[in-house]
Amino acid sequence: MPEPTWTYAPAPESRDVVTLRSAYGLFVDGAFTDPTDGGSFKTVNPATEEVLAEVAQAGPADVDRAVAAARRAHTEVWGPMPGRERAKYLYRIARILAERAREFAVLETLDNGKPIRESRDVDVPMASAHFFHYAGWADKLEHAGFGAEPRPLGVAGQVIPWNFPLLMAAWKLAPALATGNTCVLKPAETTPLSALLLAEVLQQADLPPGVVNIIPGAGDTGATLVAHPDLDKVAFTGSTEVGKAIQRQLAGTRVRLTLELGGKAANVVFADAPIDQAVEGIVNGIFFNQGHVCCAGSRLLVQESVVDAVLDTLKRRLGTLRLGDPLDKNTDIGAINSAEQLARITALVEAGEGEGAQRWSVACELPEHGYWFPPTLFTDVSQSHRIAREEIFGPVLSVLTFRTPDEAIAKANNTPYGLSAGVWTEKGSRILWMAQRLRAGVVWANTFNRFDPASPFGGYQESGFGREGGRHGLAPYLRSPDLRSPDA
Amino acid sequence: MPDRLDVRKTYKLYIGGAFPRSESGRTVTIDAADGTFLANAARASRKDVRDAVVAARKAFGGWSTRTAYNRGQILYRVAELLEGRRDQFTAEVRHSGLGAQAAGREVDAAVDRWVWYAGWTDKIAQVEGASNPVAGPYFNFSVPEPTGVVAIVAPATPSLLGLVSVLAPVLATGSTAVVVASEPHPLPAVTLTEVLATSDVPGGVVNLLTGHVDELAPVLAAHADVDAMDLTGIDGDATELEQAAAGNVKRVLRPPAGPVDWEADPGVERLRAFVETKTVWHPVGV
Repeated sequence: MPEPTWTYAPAPESRDVVTLRSAYGLFVDGAFTDPTDGGSFKTVNPATEEVLAEVAQAGPADVDRAVAAARRAHTEVWGPMPGRERAKYLYRIARILAERAREFAVLETLDNGKPIRESRDVDVPMASAHFFHYAGWADKLEHAGFGAEPRPLGVAGQVIPWNFPLLMAAWKLAPALATGNTCVLKPAETTPLSALLLAEVLQQADLPPGVVNIIPGAGDTGATLVAHPDLDKVAFTGSTEVGKAIQRQLAGTRVRLTLELGGKAANVVFADAPIDQAVEGIVNGIFFNQGHVCCAGSRLLVQESVVDAVLDTLKRRLGTLRLGDPLDKNTDIGAINSAEQLARITALVEAGEGEGAQRWSVACELPEHGYWFPPTLFTDVSQSHRIAREEIFGPVLSVLTFRTPDEAIAKANNTPYGLSAGVWTEKGSRILWMAQRLRAGVVWANTFNRFDPASPFGGYQESGFGREGGRHGLAPYLRSPDLRSPDA
Repeated sequence: MPDRLDVRKTYKLYIGGAFPRSESGRTVTIDAADGTFLANAARASRKDVRDAVVAARKAFGGWSTRTAYNRGQILYRVAELLEGRRDQFTAEVRHSGLGAQAAGREVDAAVDRWVWYAGWTDKIAQVEGASNPVAGPYFNFSVPEPTGVVAIVAPATPSLLGLVSVLAPVLATGSTAVVVASEPHPLPAVTLTEVLATSDVPGGVVNLLTGHVDELAPVLAAHADVDAMDLTGIDGDATELEQAAAGNVKRVLRPPAGPVDWEADPGVERLRAFVETKTVWHPVGV
């Protein structure tokens, strides 16, 4: 007897809560302004290819203006301000973000393509929580273990990616502001809108002009920003390739740097793991946010004796995922963020097939417009395959097997990256044994893709250096008492 | 003519617990500050650098998984043996141009620095680690873990205290090291390797190269199996070294911005410089 087919009625979130302007300027020195030497670009809804707005692009003179405004604000206002006052601004921002949460969630989903369920339940509340957490640090820095009189660095240039646009802005701004730095933030080219809406929040919070400047643009705007001679700090989240270029660029300077780069995380499932829970974790690990997650569990390592059971359950579960309108509250898999990213995913998947791995994709209907890729997994993957080595940044899982814990560790650590890892087992001592040996900045045991403002996040090796979150996240924005270290 | 001719020491490299000459067969002449000939020290080559990195990588697994208590015991043992050779080190440090008293003070400070860092091995995780109060049913903790293989360019002076100050913190947190010794005054460093070899520091945990910094540092900076680089001993522009280090996203400790007071309390910054914070999550439930 065939299984019954359950259908869902459409449950779209209303767009009315967001008022899109036809054009957005740069946010410099507390006001929206036209670019002096930049142009403009269109940002589209990746689920429909509809143009959402025309956005100003910052040119070199605009970067100059923004850095000058940040410098002035640091020297005159934000640097001298008592921590308890800075704290209250950050609390205000956290509260306003929460008040306007629905608006932010819808806007984020429109501009990014992620399911509204995720922007509503993860991105926006976590962004607000991040400001709230760091607000409380602003007047407690002398108790944080960074010397008796911790001092800010000055002006920070921050470049963020398109996968969690608002949340990454919060991760960058909140610790920088709490420690008394001022910021010039460049959002990603394909997702500038939530950062520009955040600028409105900063205005509502009466944040002094120049403390935060937001300058949209593409890679060249980012390159101009990080090369600006009047920065004290650069923080970048994005690809390892660009991260290396930034590290090279800042060689020989006194600019402090933190990098949060790519990953190729192993998600290790032992035979004794509860299969249903592990499968939920695998799905969350790689298909959360369409796999556009630097810490995604993109390499599944399954103990050989249970590989068939895990794959059967996994495929059955993937068959129930709903791909489609990101604004629909029942949607699990949204749109790929851009045509460019879709092309990259497609090319790597083709390489996987070309190198002899077996591809399996969910047989689901893809919408006619927009950028889409079905949840996909590869079996018969060897460690030398490109799909086992390179970050795909899409909904593509490579499945490998192992026999012994030692082999699991050897395979898991066989990567130049080291951002995250997962372990699934019922045995407590094995969890800790694995956690000690996995060379990754975050280890999720019997869970995956959990984030919290109080939890340090960041990589080993080519996944970057420095931590964001918690007390550790203050260090990159404070002067070292006696020397300059790479990330502290 | 003396009644008895000295038996001089051959100053060699220290790689993987052994004392090889440079595979290149080259040496550099080391003179005292007053120009007196002291020794023909080994002039390490690119190949020696690679051998040293291989040895450091091989030793990393064992050293990093020793208990912190055990690492503390071993580093304290280094201090004990160094103290026992105080006169020998004082004589060698004097060659860098110091008087007997100043040289003795430097050796004493170097001994004390080993003691300081020996005591840190089982404390840094409590100072730098945390249990993190996340907003959900999870137990979440962070621990500092050793970065891996750290390449160190030791300062030219103080020849012994400078080396100990940059090496000991790397060992204390569980990383292994490839060190380029002071170029003008490498002899105390070579003698220190004899102390390390007899202090239960496992072979390969410290590897010491003597020779030309200009020749060795670029190879280390570009080496893909070196995880981090301490450029404290680079006198002048480190731009090219830092550029090369970006090739595999090395953690880089830049050369100091100004003169360093090596006798001051070193704080925890050097311990912090070469650790990675690892955060572990686990659900809480019945």
